[in-house]
Amino acid sequence: MSALLRVLMPGVTTRSRHVTARNVLATRRMYAAITTGLVEPFFYLFSVGVGVGALVGQVELDGRTYDYTAFVAPAMLAAAAMNGAVSESTFNIFAKLRWEKLYGAMIATPLSPTDIALGELLFAQLRGTLYSAVFLVTMVGLGLVESWWAVLALPATVLVGLAFASAGLSAVTWFRTWEDSDAVILVQTVLFLFSATFYPISVYPPVLEQVVLLSPLYHGVALCRDLVLGTPGWADVGHAAFLVVLIVVFLRLAARRFTILLYEQTAGDDTPR
Amino acid sequence: MTAEAPLVAPRTGPPRFLRVAEYQAMAHKKMWRTSVLTMLLGPALYLLAMGLGVGSLVDDNPTSAIGGVPYLEYVAPGLMAAAAMQTAMAQSLYPVFGSVKWLKTAFGISATPVRPADIALGLQVWLGALMLVGAGAFLAMTALAGAVHSPLALLAPPAAALGGLAYSAGGAAWAVSRQSEQSFQPILRLGILPSFLLSGTFFPVSQLPAVLEAVARATPLWHAVSLVRGLTGGRIDAGTAAAHVAVLAGYTVVGLALGARAYHRRLYR
Repeated sequence: MSALLRVLMPGVTTRSRHVTARNVLATRRMYAAITTGLVEPFFYLFSVGVGVGALVGQVELDGRTYDYTAFVAPAMLAAAAMNGAVSESTFNIFAKLRWEKLYGAMIATPLSPTDIALGELLFAQLRGTLYSAVFLVTMVGLGLVESWWAVLALPATVLVGLAFASAGLSAVTWFRTWEDSDAVILVQTVLFLFSATFYPISVYPPVLEQVVLLSPLYHGVALCRDLVLGTPGWADVGHAAFLVVLIVVFLRLAARRFTILLYEQTAGDDTPR
Repeated sequence: MTAEAPLVAPRTGPPRFLRVAEYQAMAHKKMWRTSVLTMLLGPALYLLAMGLGVGSLVDDNPTSAIGGVPYLEYVAPGLMAAAAMQTAMAQSLYPVFGSVKWLKTAFGISATPVRPADIALGLQVWLGALMLVGAGAFLAMTALAGAVHSPLALLAPPAAALGGLAYSAGGAAWAVSRQSEQSFQPILRLGILPSFLLSGTFFPVSQLPAVLEAVARATPLWHAVSLVRGLTGGRIDAGTAAAHVAVLAGYTVVGLALGARAYHRRLYR
């Protein structure tokens, strides 16, 4: 595992755990931010269940019919994993990178830029996994989970989270100003609304269906949905593989970008790029 | 400049609160990209996904309870009012708090003849204009999608903007009187998000449990959504419309009064 990681992220060491530990320490008093984040999924599920779900009634998917709420809930699980990973790896990192200048201090220790990138990634995923677990338990409580396969939906959300966190970590290195986060929000909104989250992919015209297949969130949604509804198949192996490939590509990119950015920044060149 | 130049600004020209609104507009120019994205593109994407995507599912279900109209027509006015609320909260919590805590621009303004009440009113005048433009653009998109059937719909953008003011006036008053921004995230997540999801934007509040329905009907958003929906659908009687307007205006006036007082306390301490 660690050998694989060293190939993906050259220069990474086990010291990255200290970056994760630092973040845990720095955020442990932010109860309000964390606990209010935990109730968000409940509002979404409740609103769909009592509201839109009642308007829609049943949805047909691969020849079976499901309650709309049961259809949407696993998609929201995947979308929540994406949203958490993106905000943790872009908005929060941007503040540390440009305003707090936190990494300038870290780089003066034996930590390598790749250690910092990996440490941040693990922290993002730690928090994301906590949220996903609570979401999944809420779903069980509301009777929206149909099968024991749903246990595997938690690791599925980890794949979604890691894919988006490593992509976000790469993207944030190109941010010049806070306004660049608008582009991130736009991409997030598009993925959230159009990745077969709220209606089956068959609603789209065939051409658009092919486009939706390119959305990483679509693969996360399809994977979580099959697991939670208890209808896993070989397609899900494909969905998981797609996410793994994204993780590999973006981990490498994030490692490269962090190395370039942090060494240049600490060499005195602080101009945004 | 001669020695006789008056030291006190002449009491002519536009009222002072309009100067504040003008300042807000100029300060906002740098962020036009943000505005276009969050005020126009975001709601447009929701209109597409909810109105057409989810709409195709709702319209297939003959038992749905939205009054026999296509879901697109039902949800579009809801999204218009909700977008105004989102703009209102985005512009009145952090930016306003920043102007008295981080940037202290409000203190700079208070060093001029502009009074605290002018600052409070000027900000809301600017935000009202901003939300009016956003809602107007959204109405145009809705009309293009074929979901507008009544000339009364022209009154929908002002109605949505008024609904937004009911939030921004109170939001600004709250932000000005805070010492830290800690309460903002809980307000957004526990107040605004549930309103967005449950106050009639996406489905009739009568589907909610009785207690929650009563809560939902008290929110400014429910009044705004009902008013806007009545106008775009062309089926609202004058009395009902006046009642909604009165409630929203009431929220706004109270928020403005609290805001003027909060600015006074903060700036003249």
